[in-house]
Amino acid sequence: MLKRQYYIAFGLVLFVVLVVLNLPDQKAARLKLAIGGLFLPLFGMAGSAQNLADQAGKTFTSRSALLAELDRLRRENQQLQSQLLQAQEAWRENAQLRRALGWQQRAPWPLKPARVIGHDPANWWRTIWIDVGRRDEVRANMVVLTADGLVGRITDVGFDRSHVVLVGDPNCRFSVQIQQLTDKSIVAKGIISPSASSLDRLLVDLIFVPGGSLLKPGQSVVTSGDGGVFPKGLAVGHIVDVRTNDFGLNLEARVKLAVNLNHLEHVWVILQ
Amino acid sequence: MNWLNTIALLLVAYLAVFFESSCRGFRNLFGAQIDLLPALIAYAALSAGISTVALLATLGGLWFDSLSANPLGISVLPLFVVGLAIHYWRDLILRDQRYAQFLLGLAASALVPLFTLLSLFGAGAEPLIEWWSLWRWFVISVGGALFAPVFFCLFDRLNRAFSYQPLPETSFRPDREIKRGRVPHLDH
Repeated sequence: MLKRQYYIAFGLVLFVVLVVLNLPDQKAARLKLAIGGLFLPLFGMAGSAQNLADQAGKTFTSRSALLAELDRLRRENQQLQSQLLQAQEAWRENAQLRRALGWQQRAPWPLKPARVIGHDPANWWRTIWIDVGRRDEVRANMVVLTADGLVGRITDVGFDRSHVVLVGDPNCRFSVQIQQLTDKSIVAKGIISPSASSLDRLLVDLIFVPGGSLLKPGQSVVTSGDGGVFPKGLAVGHIVDVRTNDFGLNLEARVKLAVNLNHLEHVWVILQ
Repeated sequence: MNWLNTIALLLVAYLAVFFESSCRGFRNLFGAQIDLLPALIAYAALSAGISTVALLATLGGLWFDSLSANPLGISVLPLFVVGLAIHYWRDLILRDQRYAQFLLGLAASALVPLFTLLSLFGAGAEPLIEWWSLWRWFVISVGGALFAPVFFCLFDRLNRAFSYQPLPETSFRPDREIKRGRVPHLDH
């Protein structure tokens, strides 16, 4: 027979759980951010410690290695500057043609750099925390990416940090298009969904691809722009293998993500 | 209630949740992040009162959920139920034996994620469950089991360092002392 104090403790805990679980979504999100704010000093300390360690590591780099790095970066910078000039010219030409055709003008993405400060402690979600929030004009559903490709989208925004749901999480399904290797023409469209058969966190499933589409390993997968959250043309990954499903009605494929989500340190947020 | 012990438990729970969120080593190495809260609740259930177990489960669960995509509060009840069960049968558990601590940590670390997942499904969430989740469950269970004896050792040392230790009684009695040498004669 349970003792009276067990009943009291159980009743109190149950009461707290029921109250918190039945809070309206907005209040629950605010309470979650407030409780999570208790960890900010630790995250800040961890970030500072990492910076110190990086700086300490740099002091031991030899002068010759630094000069070689400088030389390489100068050459890369010159190459990028020439590419930028070409891109600016193409951008101007594109804007002129759009104006001539009466299409909506495209603006370059305003990007905000952010540092990854934490990961989801639970094993059944794929989310991260980044160190930008409302004070940096970040809003929910903004897109997060790196130079390699798409990372995810922002779900909850605090004053100085945000919660990002990564590609491959059950709450981050979106439409993509598969491009031909050679001429980048569109082969088919499909939906990116979490992989149900792989320990590798960098593999996701591509589902609902119409049967008969010419999918091949190596083809690149980019966002289609459908759905309105992710802009068109962001690199997602490339196809690893293809299989038929539903008696050939649909194709499914495994996609290797372009971004290594296991080693994310710095990301960019598209502020639009 | 030993408040120092309760505060120390809450502090370690706070640090454990931070460690789970910020440390990527285990996740990158084994494909799963270990959870230290079940092992901690097992220690609390054997060494503290039910109010400490309730407080640890509530705060630990809320802290964990605040850094996760879990609905806030979903981890509280699984932690508390496991703590309550261990507390109820605490007299039958050999708390000083390492293998008992290991098995207790294993059971707690295996049951808490299961109960949490059941709660998540009950709440209508769609967590990422696949065949490899069995491997992750194994890693979480064994990881928690390995940390359980560490927690027992750590907190027992802390208790010994900060709590009053009565001096051991000696068998020496001054009235039974044998005195060597010449005994002085009494003059009548």
